[in-house]
Amino acid sequence: MDIHEYQAKEILAEFGVTVPPGALAYSPEQASYRARELGGERWVVKAQVHAGGRGKAGGVHLCASEHEIETACDKMFGSKLVTHQTGAEGKGVYRVYVEAAVPIEQEFYLGFVMDRSTQRVMIVASAEGGMEIEEISADKPDSIVRSTVEPAVGLQDFQAREIAFALGIAPGLVSQMVRTLQGCYRAFSELDATMVEINPLVVTGDDRVLALDAKMTFDDNALFRHPKVAELRDKSQEDPRESRAADRGLSYVGLEGNIGCIVNGAGLAMATMDTIMLAGGEPANFLDIGGGATPERVAKAFRLVMSDQNVQAVLVNIFAGINRCDWVAEGVVQALKEVQVDVPVIVRLAGTNVEEGQKILAQSGLPIIRANTLMEAAERAVGAWQNDLTMGTQLRIAK
Amino acid sequence: MSILLNRDTRVIVQGITGKMARYHTKDMVEYGTNVVGGVVPGKGGETVEGVPVFDTVKEAVEATGAEASLVFVPPPFAADSIMEAADAGIAYCVCITDGIPAQDMIRVKRYMMRYPKDRRMTLTGPNCAGTISPGKALLGIMPGHIYLPGNVGIVGRSGTLGYEAAAQMKELGIGVSTSVGIGGDPINGSSFKDILARFEQDEDTDVICMIGEIGGPQEAEAAEYIRDHITKPVVAYVAGLTAPKGRTMGHAGAIISAFGESASEKVEILSAVGVTVAENPAVIGETVAKVMGKAA
Repeated sequence: MDIHEYQAKEILAEFGVTVPPGALAYSPEQASYRARELGGERWVVKAQVHAGGRGKAGGVHLCASEHEIETACDKMFGSKLVTHQTGAEGKGVYRVYVEAAVPIEQEFYLGFVMDRSTQRVMIVASAEGGMEIEEISADKPDSIVRSTVEPAVGLQDFQAREIAFALGIAPGLVSQMVRTLQGCYRAFSELDATMVEINPLVVTGDDRVLALDAKMTFDDNALFRHPKVAELRDKSQEDPRESRAADRGLSYVGLEGNIGCIVNGAGLAMATMDTIMLAGGEPANFLDIGGGATPERVAKAFRLVMSDQNVQAVLVNIFAGINRCDWVAEGVVQALKEVQVDVPVIVRLAGTNVEEGQKILAQSGLPIIRANTLMEAAERAVGAWQNDLTMGTQLRIAK
Repeated sequence: MSILLNRDTRVIVQGITGKMARYHTKDMVEYGTNVVGGVVPGKGGETVEGVPVFDTVKEAVEATGAEASLVFVPPPFAADSIMEAADAGIAYCVCITDGIPAQDMIRVKRYMMRYPKDRRMTLTGPNCAGTISPGKALLGIMPGHIYLPGNVGIVGRSGTLGYEAAAQMKELGIGVSTSVGIGGDPINGSSFKDILARFEQDEDTDVICMIGEIGGPQEAEAAEYIRDHITKPVVAYVAGLTAPKGRTMGHAGAIISAFGESASEKVEILSAVGVTVAENPAVIGETVAKVMGKAA
């Protein structure tokens, strides 16, 4: 789960990381009022969206007057900010964060991630702050400093000092840097984060080490033990179909194509998408309905897939282990009676009790297109979709 | 022989009184697995599917001589159960549980390292379908009847995609020595590399079939290991050619975040070290058959 910059800064500040004074606003008027409260002569006004790359996308404005703040806010509020991380549809701006601008001497990149090679928490830092880490690793790989944390004892001060010196920080500021690194690590480990990123971390003209930006991502699997973090979820930043799926215990990712997929198991779901592509079609979604394909889950899955206007055929691919095929077939039949599905439906069942399952589909009286293998299923789905486009066939299931 | 699991392996089930665990215990016993007990704190003295339940893994090991354990414990408590198994002297643990916090798994892996190598537990999973040595024993939730006994070792991250591969092989009369699910989580007990090393040593395994997916460095690390240490032919398939970058595809670990983590990059890296890559999931069985024809 992602959170907003201002929320990440609040959390990190509690763990001893220094951040500039700032305040949140829900309207242009409130933003200029906040600036007045903060005082000073120059402010940075930042769109709060769950994505990086805001600066280049027009989501960060340096303002020298209340008028400038309101003008910048008028542009941002209610707009969709499109950055290289949001996809073409962008993310809605409903909150802005106003901060007092600070004089910057040095900029650094600082990230904490789960390193899958060492299977430990890794700190990644670079003196090339302000750039995205992908750019840094492509253009200035030698500037990157890495350090992994031994999980039994946590981050040690000497490791933090090594990083500080490697970044070329003035000796007088090393202790501030150590406090920042320790604060980030403690926030990461105590709150079950999967990523903490400060970019840039800066040294100011008056010798302070400040987090100018902050991003945190949390482990969804650990939210049960961090109710306060879970409350920070902002559904306005999520794809509505994906949040609806998540609320129903289904794993869904919306894509651009028009063949809807309902599959059990993440690996098989990806493999099914790959096969559709091979057969000349494009998947409309990734959807893993999990191990137990109960009739309720299948019905929910159909509703979800059909809520995508682009879907012109639905491919159901279930490899039944625990959940026998006859049971899955009954679920499919029941779902098709409950949910309005007016596009061709292709069902491929495999595994336990496959013959009984096929029989139930055949005897249902519904125009379900059956397939025996993965390839056959994909080909029939693509065929039905193309056929449906050109012929307007009767392969439709409706109430 | 087969790897990790045999007809005689004495197995306990942690969390055996749960609905899922009971169902699969019955299934495993019917398949021929030597299930000797279960563990649920506070339920010691009960009996499930004819086997005794113990309060602690230590008691279970003392009473039954258990060597392997299957963890069905809910996510908040699963890491603790794995560590309990490691401490009690269990040699091989399969964790089925999906949804364990990643940092719990980091602690589990660190904890396992405190034991000297000769008594360090091997863990596969979490978030996997388990391990099966067809015709001998089943430690997990897969449907046993789709596997034919034979000489192909399967290792994969995904459960149902692994079934797909095994079923395609059965269709062609090809059998499996052992099939190991390493699970879809970013922090897991064993990597592809760990299991490949075991198949290389196993005299019943002649061909290895590796089923990967997008995300993480484990397929690329496996490629390097295959180049340097594996003499047996390896067939691979990598799922997720159509997966967009930066999105998690179901499995917590299935997210493309760096170079070498997309399906096409993994295919390239594996092909470069001489692995025969199945071009699509519908031809995994066929590709294994072709390689076996060459190997014979």
